[in-house]
Amino acid sequence: MLLEELIGIAEKQREVRKQICVRCCMSAGCMSSQSAEVKTALEKAVAERQMGDLIEVRRVGCMGLCGPGPLVSVEPNSLLYEHVTPENAGSIIDALTSAGPIKAERCDPQHPFFTRQTLVVRANGGRIDPERIEDYIEAGGYRALHHVLTEMQPPQAIEAIIKSGLRGRGGAGYPTGLKWATVAKSVGKQKFVVCNGDEGDPGAFMDRSVLESDPHSVIEGMAIAGYAIGADQGFIYVRAEYPLAISRLQVAIRQAKQHGLIGSAIFESTFNFNVDIRIGAGAFVCGEETALMASIEGKRGQPRPRPPFPAESGLWGFPTLINNVETFANIAPIINRGPEWYAGFGTEKSKGTKVFALTGKIQNTGLIEVPMGITIREIVEELGGGAPEGAKLKAVQTGGPSGGCIPAEHFDASIDYESLTQLGSIMGSGGMVVMDDQTNMVEVARFYMQFCMEESCGKCVPCRAGTVQMYHLLAKIAARQATMKDLELLEELCDLVKNTSLCGLGQTAPNPVLSTLRYFRNEYLELLQPAG
Amino acid sequence: MAVKTLTIDGKHVGAEESETILEAATDAGINIPTLCHLDGLTNVAACRLCLVEVAGTKKLLPSCVTKVAEGMEVKTDTERLRKYRLMILELLFAERNHVCSVCVSNGHCELQSRAHQLGMMHVRFQYLYPNALVDASHERFVVDHNRCILCTRCVRVCDEIEGAHTWDVMGRGTASRVITDLNQPWGTSESCTSCGKCVHVCPTGALFEKGRSVAEMAKRREFLPYLAMMREGAR
Repeated sequence: MLLEELIGIAEKQREVRKQICVRCCMSAGCMSSQSAEVKTALEKAVAERQMGDLIEVRRVGCMGLCGPGPLVSVEPNSLLYEHVTPENAGSIIDALTSAGPIKAERCDPQHPFFTRQTLVVRANGGRIDPERIEDYIEAGGYRALHHVLTEMQPPQAIEAIIKSGLRGRGGAGYPTGLKWATVAKSVGKQKFVVCNGDEGDPGAFMDRSVLESDPHSVIEGMAIAGYAIGADQGFIYVRAEYPLAISRLQVAIRQAKQHGLIGSAIFESTFNFNVDIRIGAGAFVCGEETALMASIEGKRGQPRPRPPFPAESGLWGFPTLINNVETFANIAPIINRGPEWYAGFGTEKSKGTKVFALTGKIQNTGLIEVPMGITIREIVEELGGGAPEGAKLKAVQTGGPSGGCIPAEHFDASIDYESLTQLGSIMGSGGMVVMDDQTNMVEVARFYMQFCMEESCGKCVPCRAGTVQMYHLLAKIAARQATMKDLELLEELCDLVKNTSLCGLGQTAPNPVLSTLRYFRNEYLELLQPAG
Repeated sequence: MAVKTLTIDGKHVGAEESETILEAATDAGINIPTLCHLDGLTNVAACRLCLVEVAGTKKLLPSCVTKVAEGMEVKTDTERLRKYRLMILELLFAERNHVCSVCVSNGHCELQSRAHQLGMMHVRFQYLYPNALVDASHERFVVDHNRCILCTRCVRVCDEIEGAHTWDVMGRGTASRVITDLNQPWGTSESCTSCGKCVHVCPTGALFEKGRSVAEMAKRREFLPYLAMMREGAR
């Protein structure tokens, strides 16, 4: 593959484009509400009306607004339809040729939900066919890889990522460039690049959507990382619960190989890079990097103490770079448009954009990508459209079972790693569950503790036995059978599990309890029995 | 081999740079409580009893896997650590059915002696009373899951010293169990060599020899450092 061939593919794509493109969302959310049938109906309608020369129906990835799916958009007319059914899909085609009335529900593409977003990672979502590499190439794909391989030395590529200010999108927010530089400096006969796609937080589906909508962006990011750190093998670890993401990744890897965009001598350089998929077996803990590596090695997915860090001794003892799906998806845009452009978004310490999965008691459910530094209020009230009618918002839960609940009085806080930590929550991978005043916060804490208890690997005592006891105490409180003494014991346990657990999972497991206790202590106290 | 000097509980200690805090402390006659650690086996830092405070880090560090460093200031016996260790023991006692009075290892049990050493008077947590099984299918040994604390010493000795890897762990969280082969009765295990090392490294009465009555199962571990040393030499 040469640059000319890449440009050639893109040009050929543009030539065969039809005048009107009807895009049908085919990611897991919309497919669960029959979008595959909708697409078939759209194709049938085009064929029946003999409009095949003018209109094409395209499978695309996630458009973001998952709640009212399936979504269908029409370009260049900038039309958007929601709740499309196989029955009314044909009327979308009719309306285009003024042959009949439109029966599908219109959705306003000028709604703040769309206009307030800044698309970097999700730029191709809802636009390209995730199963066609030509679509990705047409959208500028693999140009960044070419640029890096032909114009940059590995240290320059790392420098660009450092300059962009990108921080890990998996939750902890470690500076990505710094991580790359560390692995690049580590000495080893072999090095590995690992993509962490074991997204397991309740209410989070950012990574799934990226993998389903734009798998090549992750592969390209991994290849660039491989070049920067000196690795020739990559693994994408995806949870088995994401079958569509896995199959799209398989297609994408095959196509990239066929086009010589991964494999040997990429762009006729001396750089070789292969990508393989490893599928998780349903354990949340495998999202923790040392457990993930054990799982890739074929061992029981359990964390081990760090140091040594993966950068020094990772997969099979070799230096290993582990980044999250969203982190890798940010790489190509940073190279293409420059680190300064990327660093232009966000706050001083948190640069760029972040994808959030907005769910819970909110009007607009779906995926959003916003610049760091936006306030929670803007997200919830403007993009999210506020609470459903008649309800009053109470809190937002961020960061999944490792995060916490941020009460409504702190909605003006800005979204960045530091301020969320200060509020007793974390950025996390991007789950954002909105709760209204009907939500019982003790129940919320109990739900997350049940999750942690069931997902504890069982290796270290505080997490294995401590989460069970915390769960029992929360259940006792919820059942109005607890006294002040139980609450004190619960707090002691939180302190123990937080400070003595082996891995990040255990250390953060008490967070949902601690944050609800911090902001909603009254709800706990109301449920207590008088001592006696 | 470079030598590092550090202070442990105010005492100046010299240690080789490859040593862990636990080893340096033991050499200096300072006792740090442990459960999953055993000389001669790799450390997994799972029981969290050996956590210590190190000046300059907010995190508590497991002394069994943390290497010594020059000028390190270690505290092994603060009020906070004592409180955490006590709670960890309470959690262990509440997790399975530990009834010392009828146990073969009564008087020879590390869990029991830790509780005694750290002054555990009672358990504040709800006892879970799990329905744990006893496997007596092996001709010489028994595994009683009621007394297992999941320290994985048996798993490690079988893998690292005996080389059979008969033992492993299945399930997760508090439902984890040590298993033989692919979770089949121990007596039917094809990989087990019946060497008995697992029995003797087990800190509690979870693994014991048949024919032992209450308080009769003392463990013999003298073989382990010797074997581990032989293995090192052979490499």
